[in-house]
Amino acid sequence: MADARPSQLFRNKSAKIAAIPMIVTALFVFVGGTAWTIVYSFTKSGLLPRLKWVGLDQYERLWSTKRWIVSIENLMIYGLSMLVLVFVIGFILAALIDQKIRFENTIRTVILYPYALSFVVTGLVWQWILNPEFGIESIVRSWGWESFAFDPLYNADIAIFGVLIAGLWQGSGLVMVLMLAGLRGIDQEVWKAARVDGIPAWKTYIFIVIPMMRPVFITTLVLVVTGIVKIYDLIVAQTGGGPGISTEVPAKYVYDMMFQANNLGQGFAASTMMLLTVALVVIPWAFLEFGGSKKRG
Amino acid sequence: MNRISKLLSVTAIVAASSASATELEVMHWWTSGGEAAAVKEFADAFNGTGNTWVDAAIAGGEAARAVMVSRLTGGDPMGAFQFNHGRQAEELIEAGLLRDITDIAEAEGWKDIVNPPSLLDACTVDGRIYCAPVNIHSWQWIWLSHKAYDDAGIPVPSNWTEFVAAAPALTEAGKLPLALGQQGWQQRGLFNVLFAALVSNDVFLSVYRDKDAEVAAGAEVAAIFGAASDARAMAAGSTVQNWNDATNLVITGQAGGQVMGDWAQGEFAVAEQVAGEDYSCLPGLGMTELLSTGGDAFYFPVLNDDAEKAAQAELAALMLKPATQVAFNLKKGSLPVRGDIDLSTANDCMQKGLELLSSGALLPDTAMLNTPDTADQISTLFVEFFSDPTITAEDAQAQFVKIIENAE
Repeated sequence: MADARPSQLFRNKSAKIAAIPMIVTALFVFVGGTAWTIVYSFTKSGLLPRLKWVGLDQYERLWSTKRWIVSIENLMIYGLSMLVLVFVIGFILAALIDQKIRFENTIRTVILYPYALSFVVTGLVWQWILNPEFGIESIVRSWGWESFAFDPLYNADIAIFGVLIAGLWQGSGLVMVLMLAGLRGIDQEVWKAARVDGIPAWKTYIFIVIPMMRPVFITTLVLVVTGIVKIYDLIVAQTGGGPGISTEVPAKYVYDMMFQANNLGQGFAASTMMLLTVALVVIPWAFLEFGGSKKRG
Repeated sequence: MNRISKLLSVTAIVAASSASATELEVMHWWTSGGEAAAVKEFADAFNGTGNTWVDAAIAGGEAARAVMVSRLTGGDPMGAFQFNHGRQAEELIEAGLLRDITDIAEAEGWKDIVNPPSLLDACTVDGRIYCAPVNIHSWQWIWLSHKAYDDAGIPVPSNWTEFVAAAPALTEAGKLPLALGQQGWQQRGLFNVLFAALVSNDVFLSVYRDKDAEVAAGAEVAAIFGAASDARAMAAGSTVQNWNDATNLVITGQAGGQVMGDWAQGEFAVAEQVAGEDYSCLPGLGMTELLSTGGDAFYFPVLNDDAEKAAQAELAALMLKPATQVAFNLKKGSLPVRGDIDLSTANDCMQKGLELLSSGALLPDTAMLNTPDTADQISTLFVEFFSDPTITAEDAQAQFVKIIENAE
């Protein structure tokens, strides 16, 4: 039997061998590390991990800490706004560039360029641009509009939107390029057919082209969402969490707890909550996406 | 200076007799100009013993501490490292990662020479000594700009009450009454200074040492929160971040004063300002003249190599020798840990500090009393408090009481 039909396990041998390092990394580093973190989030670990069980104390403290609540709120506000706006802006830019315009390469490069900058650079640049003393506000005032005020980073109520501006500036280019690739993947015949039927261009985009671009949208969504959840460096560079605690985010809470407050247990509890949030979104989606397609296939 | 170099060479010769050329990696976060010059005094003295100082400086205390801890827990210890003594190292000692240097301390007689003794207490866990204190830094200073007050046409205040009273005149003259960097540790520091200076020390100790939540909820602490809200109003226009940017506002006369530790002195020195002429310093805000005795210390990880162990011992002993203490502290702008050495070359403000030190008007530093976790919670509270004028002193005090209740 075995000679006649090689075992399923040994088919595509070289591909499987090549995948071993990644499988091992995923199992031990990601899964193992995650399990370890969750276990230690129930302990009273300070500077060093210690198995002193305290039950749910760390979580109770976490959810009664105002800074954590503010962090979660900020992530929601930033995340939702970012998600919607980056897709709208990215898609519109891609659709505009797709009109067979001149200097397409140049324009595409210019728009994608911010993505080549790290979040630290982006954060610092926008910190200066939004600084009332030498940024946009002072420029507009020097033009004669003396009462002009635009200093989001100095107003605790809207500071997170100052960060959002920087995030959009940095991220829109990537979404645009991905969308553009998606648009180029659409058969020109589709457009011709739509034109013959007299369907206006905007309707063609929304009802025909966008549904056809589903895989591109999903790839982009994953990239954008992971970028949102792990946001840390932009905040540190641009606002440092301020003014006050108005732009704190969960990842920064985790870092500060672990390395500044020497409270690993609290940091682990916070990172477990972050994982849980992501899992709550990703697992149902993965079931729908992959579980469903198998049946269809 | 001459005497210092003579002393240095004497120490070098004495130590050289037991010399063995061993490399010792020393980690610290002293990277600014004055700090680097100071640490070089240690390095030179250590190299003079025939050993080799391998300098591993990491900018920024937080970054440095993270690297040090991961090196230690990862089983790759360095030869020696700088820490703020106090409760930061507690767990490292419990985990048995740090070397017990009691024998060296006894041989050198540190118990008799280290002044104030609380510095050595902070290095002591269960009767064993684990670190070598090298300097004293104190927080309880207010730095006042003579130019700002001259411009406003009022005399320079001599204590906190006068300082608060003078604020409206400064505001009228277009000056910022109080310069305050918008970072948590500075805001927490300001509060702790008010705490130390405005009420009796018993209150300070029962809140921070004994973690007495009832006292923390009491009227005396309420008065400090009141003072903190005065400070918030006075610092409302202060948008700078870094402490030295805030100090610069005082140096240039744009702000009346700044509450900051004695390291601010270095900035005035670099700007060639003269104490008593261009600026004044008031220890304990001119209210209760006292200093807290925080500072830096060196810890020595457990090593296996005998030569390296010997080098560690030599370094530990060397750091507290009179010659190294003088050379190091003059460069660093901090006070020496031993009371028996001559620092007549120090400036006005440093002399005031030395006097307080010898008279014993001292408080333990908050870093020795609070865990980093508690300190971080208090920082977050004051970051909020100073950025949001709608938080009342009462609300803030209620949160403070909660932190003290849960502190260990």
